[in-house]
Amino acid sequence: MATMADYTGLKPAWCPGCGNFGILRALNKALVEMEIEPHQVLLVSGIGQAGKLPHYTKGNVFNSLHGRPVPPAIGAKIANRELIVIAISGDGDAYGEGGNHFLHAARRNHDITYLVHDNQVYGLTKGQASPTSDVGYVTKTTPEGAANPVNPIALAIIGGASFVGRSFAAEMVHLTNLIKKGIAHRGFSLIDILQPCVSFNHKNTFQWYGERVYKLEDEKGYDPGDKKAALDKALEWGDKIPIGTIYEADLPVYEDQLPALSKTPLVKQKIDSRRVERLLAEFA
Amino acid sequence: MSVDFNFMIGGEAGQGVQSVGFLLAKVFARGGYHIFADQDYESRVRGGHNFFRVRVSKGKVGAIADKVDVLIALDADSIALHRAELAREGIAIFDEEKAKGVTSEDGSLLSMPLEKLAEDKAGSKLMTNTVALGAALAGVKYDLNILNTVLVDWLGKGDAADKNIAAARAGYEHFRSQHNDDFREIKPLSESRRMLLNGNEALSLGAIAAGCKFMAAYPMTPASSIMEYMAVKSRDFNLVMVHAEDEIAAINMAVGAAYAGVRAMTATSGSGLCLMVEGMGLAGITETPIVIVDGQRPGPAVGLPTRTEQGDLQFVLHAHHGDFPRVVLAPSTIEDAFWTAVKAFNLADKYQLPVIILTDQHLASSYCTVDELDLSQVTIERGELFSEKDDDPSEYMRHKVTKSGISPRAFPGLGKALVVTDCDEHDEKGHLTEDADERTAQVEKRLRKMVPLKKEMGKPQKYGSQRAGTTLIGWGSSYGAIREAVDILRKDYIPVNMLHLNELWPFPTEVVSDAITKAESSYVVESNATGQLARLIKAETGQGVTGRILKFDGRPLTPAYIAEAVKKEVR
Repeated sequence: MATMADYTGLKPAWCPGCGNFGILRALNKALVEMEIEPHQVLLVSGIGQAGKLPHYTKGNVFNSLHGRPVPPAIGAKIANRELIVIAISGDGDAYGEGGNHFLHAARRNHDITYLVHDNQVYGLTKGQASPTSDVGYVTKTTPEGAANPVNPIALAIIGGASFVGRSFAAEMVHLTNLIKKGIAHRGFSLIDILQPCVSFNHKNTFQWYGERVYKLEDEKGYDPGDKKAALDKALEWGDKIPIGTIYEADLPVYEDQLPALSKTPLVKQKIDSRRVERLLAEFA
Repeated sequence: MSVDFNFMIGGEAGQGVQSVGFLLAKVFARGGYHIFADQDYESRVRGGHNFFRVRVSKGKVGAIADKVDVLIALDADSIALHRAELAREGIAIFDEEKAKGVTSEDGSLLSMPLEKLAEDKAGSKLMTNTVALGAALAGVKYDLNILNTVLVDWLGKGDAADKNIAAARAGYEHFRSQHNDDFREIKPLSESRRMLLNGNEALSLGAIAAGCKFMAAYPMTPASSIMEYMAVKSRDFNLVMVHAEDEIAAINMAVGAAYAGVRAMTATSGSGLCLMVEGMGLAGITETPIVIVDGQRPGPAVGLPTRTEQGDLQFVLHAHHGDFPRVVLAPSTIEDAFWTAVKAFNLADKYQLPVIILTDQHLASSYCTVDELDLSQVTIERGELFSEKDDDPSEYMRHKVTKSGISPRAFPGLGKALVVTDCDEHDEKGHLTEDADERTAQVEKRLRKMVPLKKEMGKPQKYGSQRAGTTLIGWGSSYGAIREAVDILRKDYIPVNMLHLNELWPFPTEVVSDAITKAESSYVVESNATGQLARLIKAETGQGVTGRILKFDGRPLTPAYIAEAVKKEVR
């Protein structure tokens, strides 16, 4: 059985105090607690500080282009359904450069888990506004203040994702449990993770998030299966920010609808060129 | 007696031009003839002007002819636009209700009540095109029973087939009742089961035979029919075709699937490929084998969406920043499209790189009879694979520096080896690095694969007398047209030969250089505006060609066009 030591990767090159450390630890804990071995996991990341995470743990790693971890994650999942596929992005990667992939992966409801480190700012390129920066947020590229942010939680719910959650990098147990739920869920699982950037975002700090987040698990009567209620929670932002499983549903999964995947994973199937003989006959 | 007979069917989009063209090609193929057929259509669903040409020959044909023996004109435009193309004894069949005032002094334009016959004998004017088809077959006294069989094969037994058979018979009988026997007769040669394939079908069959298990693409003419064919066959052949949200997603999905161990491809056209370029580089640096089909059409941007060009050669050779190895193949014929697909997957796997197949609208949508595709000749070469029996999986390095440049592959999740790769420059283990020595070692390792790769490349094809002073050099889909142009010129006592390339990168430097040196004059023949092959030849051999025979109006090169152009050059 894998232990935390088995999930020790290269030494992170993140800034001291970065919210990413919490996410890395929570992911490792989730994998260990689920008794998953590193070779069973595929981590597909994009570019940004979040995109480096797979190198700092253990597993199969496909560190992809900026904005593009989701499409190769989908391709790999279809090629080998037995892989546990986790895509990892930052907010710029997921909701800016990769916005179209995010929308359509949710719509088709692919069986992958998507962790988005959402710090509301660009870290790797040093402090520009991101798609989730709060309105009016002043940066080098937005001297008059950022425009309206995207709402990834609402987009994912409306878009068709069957699991949508949010957690906070400082809430280790909460985040670990949410990642476990996301991995266990069949279908597209978005986990948007509030991740303070200690170097470039001096507004949305650990303290700022800490004062605002509250756990949906503690809210009596909240039903993540109720889409309208989930959308109400998705629209909450500001003085109160809900974290936890916001939406969860049993929806058709893309990979389940592919006849070629019904038995053996594609990668384990033998190639038999002679079967094409009967196709040739169709053209005679 | 030799037969080289040409039909043309013209009409608006929606009138059934394509169906009649395909059926004509099929009935003559069934009668033992060789066929080459091409399609000319506009980017619209209804209206406009489309035509389909079917060349029927006793011997193999690989291009269309410029003259038309029987024109089936489903509208007035088809007469106006194409009557000048009629051969000396050619005829046009049309419906004067649709083309009022059309007359001919020489009796070549034969009016028939096509639409009325369709309504009276087959119950619907939707059958007008089939009535015309029957009339055209009567014009060459062909055996109508062959068409009946083809219709049943195509539509299945039942009402649809019965109505079409009745419509064809009505057209056939009406023609015979109005005209005597003074037309050319084409008799079936034999009962033949020779395949009739278009370029995209041949390429798709090659991909399936090669064991392609994953395709992702976004619809774009002229590549869409590859995705459609793969999707339709996905259930029976255990493969997956994902209709992605855009071309960027498509190529990245294919890369992900290939990384995970299955043979994967995508297909698009020029501006779709522009979007895929970033993903091509991803395949380059992560050394992931993928096959990319570029069905060329005239650019830039949307250009002429439904027409043909060979304008992407320089683009695919250079697309993406940085240096990494790639392969560029360009099938010369429809049959070659099958074998090119098979080879593309093998080279991709063995050398762990992107392989680009350059076809074009002309090759993609033209039909040709193909004698046999011998599946026993299909080999599957997956390249060097890491074995956990022989080596310790904990030591596995996806980008291990080796003498050949090839690092054995392992597939994620199939063993204990962790497969790590990165679109950043990486070390041997696949982790990102900025170390100068590691960077240099990885770049050199990747480029070193070109050495063994070069030995895999096929030789350019030669045709015609090697003593001829003039050499025509072409690539890709123009093979049939250039080859026939050589024959035409020989009959006119202009000795030329052909050198034709269907594998363009790595470039066959020696053969091309040698051919240019031996020839007194050499001309590239290309469907583009600047002579992109000529530039490649200059870059790789240091030699210039004498001239460039080019065509870039969106229409395919024809033997007559090439022959005329050569005559102007050499006289």
